[in-house]
This record gives sequence, structure tokens and C-alpha cells, in this order.
Amino acid sequence: MMLAREQQSQLKHTPLHALHVASGGKMVPFAGYDMPVQFAAGVLREHLHTRERAGLFDVSHMGQIALRPKSGRLEDAAAALERLVPQDIVKLAPGRQRYAQFTNRDGGILDDLMVANFGSHIFVVVNAACKAADETHLRAHLSDVCEIEPLAERALLALQGPKAESVLAKLCADAPAMRFMDAGPRRVDGIDCFVSRSGYTGEDGFEISVPAEQAERLAKALLADDEVLPIGLGARDSLRLEAGLCLYGHDIDTTTTPVEGALQWSIQKSRRAGGERAGGFPGADRILLQLAEGSPRRRVGLRPEGRAPVREATSLFADATSSERIGTVTSGGFGPSLNAPIAVGYVPADKAAIGNTVFAELRGQRLPLRIAPMPFVPNTYKR
Amino acid sequence: MTTLYTTDHEWLRIEGDTATIGVTDYAQSQLGDVVFVELPKTGRSLKKGEAAAVIESVKAASDVYAPLSGEVLEVNEAVASEPALVNSDAAGKAWFFKMKIADRSELGGLMDEAAYKARTA
Repeated sequence: MMLAREQQSQLKHTPLHALHVASGGKMVPFAGYDMPVQFAAGVLREHLHTRERAGLFDVSHMGQIALRPKSGRLEDAAAALERLVPQDIVKLAPGRQRYAQFTNRDGGILDDLMVANFGSHIFVVVNAACKAADETHLRAHLSDVCEIEPLAERALLALQGPKAESVLAKLCADAPAMRFMDAGPRRVDGIDCFVSRSGYTGEDGFEISVPAEQAERLAKALLADDEVLPIGLGARDSLRLEAGLCLYGHDIDTTTTPVEGALQWSIQKSRRAGGERAGGFPGADRILLQLAEGSPRRRVGLRPEGRAPVREATSLFADATSSERIGTVTSGGFGPSLNAPIAVGYVPADKAAIGNTVFAELRGQRLPLRIAPMPFVPNTYKR
Repeated sequence: MTTLYTTDHEWLRIEGDTATIGVTDYAQSQLGDVVFVELPKTGRSLKKGEAAAVIESVKAASDVYAPLSGEVLEVNEAVASEPALVNSDAAGKAWFFKMKIADRSELGGLMDEAAYKARTA
């Protein structure tokens, strides 16, 4: 069998790199960084441990950017950011966070991101592979109103799972009072951090932005708790897939709109047709039309029959014999908590109903997949 | 009984004109938790180098190539129903299939244990 060879050249390190190596992390290249794909426990146990107890993830490769209003008025920065995303940022309350997308003029998605109102400024977290382009995009469109400040000297940790709250409470007395998507400055183990109650696993949990030089000390303090295991990118991917969450560059990209990507829940009424600040973002014509009339294709959850995983890029067909391809799998693998294969892909709107069956071409055979609701595993957010 | 190895991380146990085939412990350690194994059909005639079986971890799928040419005599249903056997006992209970050796000269290109160990050290 073919085993992948790893390319080590020119890879960047996060502030936790030395700790990952010392903890037995199996390092692989990801978005230009040398990152742990798994630790000694392995993907399966790391996944299950996060669902049952708590897992610590290093997501420092992601981009953290502050948008500071030149006027000193947060509402100016919020209104400016609404030029680039179809979300309501103006009404995002201080101390709250929201999921958003940068769109292009065709309504495609340039990146997906988290946006938080920190009172004096807006804090955004973007994908590692897109962060340079996002920064350029923000400077090009918001420099009249905002200082764009990449926070390169900060690490980002995610503590996820049912024990995340009790573990973090020992280092941050304010943590238990936070609700899902609360976000703001908090002291954690005496360190000035930005904490949000959010994540990428479908579990309750927290994301902690910490100054780079304090990151290893904080990670060690969290890992010292018996409930916590270090978790690699492998389990991060299987956890987010079970939670039905999109992976940028795979499930959504510049060719998919938020409506096609089944992300219309993230577009508030105020930005839709008839809303007080309708449109006004790139691709608004197409996205508002799709919100009203539906999109020709849709991202759906897929449950393959049997136990064989159906992977990314696998073609989908309407029936067991037709040669006409109707769609593609964009993420697929094995869901350890379901003990079954799961996948996500795009199908035409008329094939997207829950319970409908489509077929994948797998090693020369047609395998039935049932359209299934997402998340595949119920989320446990503390709302 | 001789055990031989391929550069693709398969082992072959040679008994008379039959070869039992599995993947090595090194391969399973690199793959991680195995969640799915697809075996060839008994009676299938394999050509050396063609994809004969599939092994999938949570992360990725890998092909297992036929290390020799010949007919599939028997497959190990236990490993298909319990893929984690590959992680716990790659060189033993997790054998994949047995095949009839059609051309003994193909054995010449395989490694012995010492050569394989040196390669994966």
C-alpha cells in the first residue's frame, strides 16, 4: 500500500510546536504549518475522548485580526464590515460572536470566519489558508474606516467537550457564566486572553486567544487536568464532519454561495430582501435571489449504506445505472461516534430532500447513500 | 514456512504453493485506526501489482496491491467485520487473503524480514 511521505520544508511553527513534538504528536504539513495530525491515543480515541470528556486543540495557524474603528465608534467598523459579509454585524451586541462569510461578487465564498464585538473593536478569526488574502481584502475595502491589525503574536487554543466548562472554570472563574457565542477579554490562569464559548466540534467548549509567549504555559496547565487530552487535526476533522460543519476549500469555496452551502441560517433578516440593511455585500443580487427562490443545488448530509467510507471528490448519481453525474462528495469519512461512514456533498435541489437516495461510484460499483439531516451527531452547545 | 515482504508494506506467508497476505505492523502504525477493510472475492484472478483490497483509516483510504499473480483461495471475513484487528494483530489474526502462487519467480523480488526491517527502521 502507498504511505504518504511528508514534506517538511519551509513549514511554519505555531507557538505550541515544541510541546506537540514533546507530547508525541505525529506532525504533518497543513496550510503551510507543521501541525499534529494525531497524538499517541490516535484519531479514534481522540475523537471519542473529546465527545466524552475534553480535548485541547492547537488552532494557532488560524488568522486573528482586529478591526479598529478610526473614529473610535464601534458601529462604524461594524457597518463597514457589513460591506463584505451578508451577516448583521451592526446589531451584534458587545461580548457576542457570530459566524460569517466573505462573499465575492458572484455570491461565492472567499472564506468563512468568526466575528466578535469586543466593544472597542471587532475581532475576527479566519482560516489559515486564507488569512493573507483576507487581510488584503480587508485592507482594500475597510481601510477608510478601520485599522486592520493582524494579531500574529497570539496563539489560539480550543478546549472542547462536556468537561470543558469544569476544566476551564479552575483557571477562569468567569467561564461557566458564558453562553454559546459569548466572546471577550477574560483572564485565564492570570493571563490576559480573549475567550469565546464556541468551537468546531459540535460540543460545548471554548476558544482561547492567548499571547504567544504564554501559550505553552496555558496549554500545559489545561493538559495537566486528568479530563484533557491533546487532539490532532485528524479528530478535529472527524468531529466537525459529524457536527455538519463546513471545511473551507472543500465544502464551500468561491464557486458555492452561502445558500448552496446550506448556510442561509447564518444570514439574518436585516440583510435579506425587505430588511433594514438589505443587500450591500458582494454577490447580494444572487444570494438574495437564492434566499427567495432556492438554489439549483444544495449541500446535504449523506449516510452511505454499509461501512465503506465515501471520500471527498467521489461522484454522485441519481440512480444505480445512470451515467449522468448529479453531484460530488466534498467531505467524507468515518464518524467514530456514529460508528458509521458519513459524508457531505452537493446535489440538485430536487434530489436534496431528507430520506432521498443517491448513489456514489465507489471502486466501479454504485453504493446507495441516504440524504440525512445535519448535524449527524446532535450538538451540545450551552445556549 | 517463510515470511516475505513487499516495498508496499505487505507481508506474505509462503506455505507450499499458497501465500497468505496481510499488511505489516509498520503499515498499521502509519495508517492509524483502521475502520474499514474490503477484501477481494474468492476465486478472483489477481495480477501482480493490481489493487486487490482496500484499507481505510478514519482519515484516508489505501489500496492493498496484489504482491503476486494468482487466484484468491480464501479471504479473512473476521478482518472485514472487525477492521480494528489490523491495529491489534496485523501480522497474525488480521491476515487479508490467501492466494495460489501462479509464478514462483515473482517471489524473487520480495524482501526477507531483515531487509524489510532495515527499510522501515
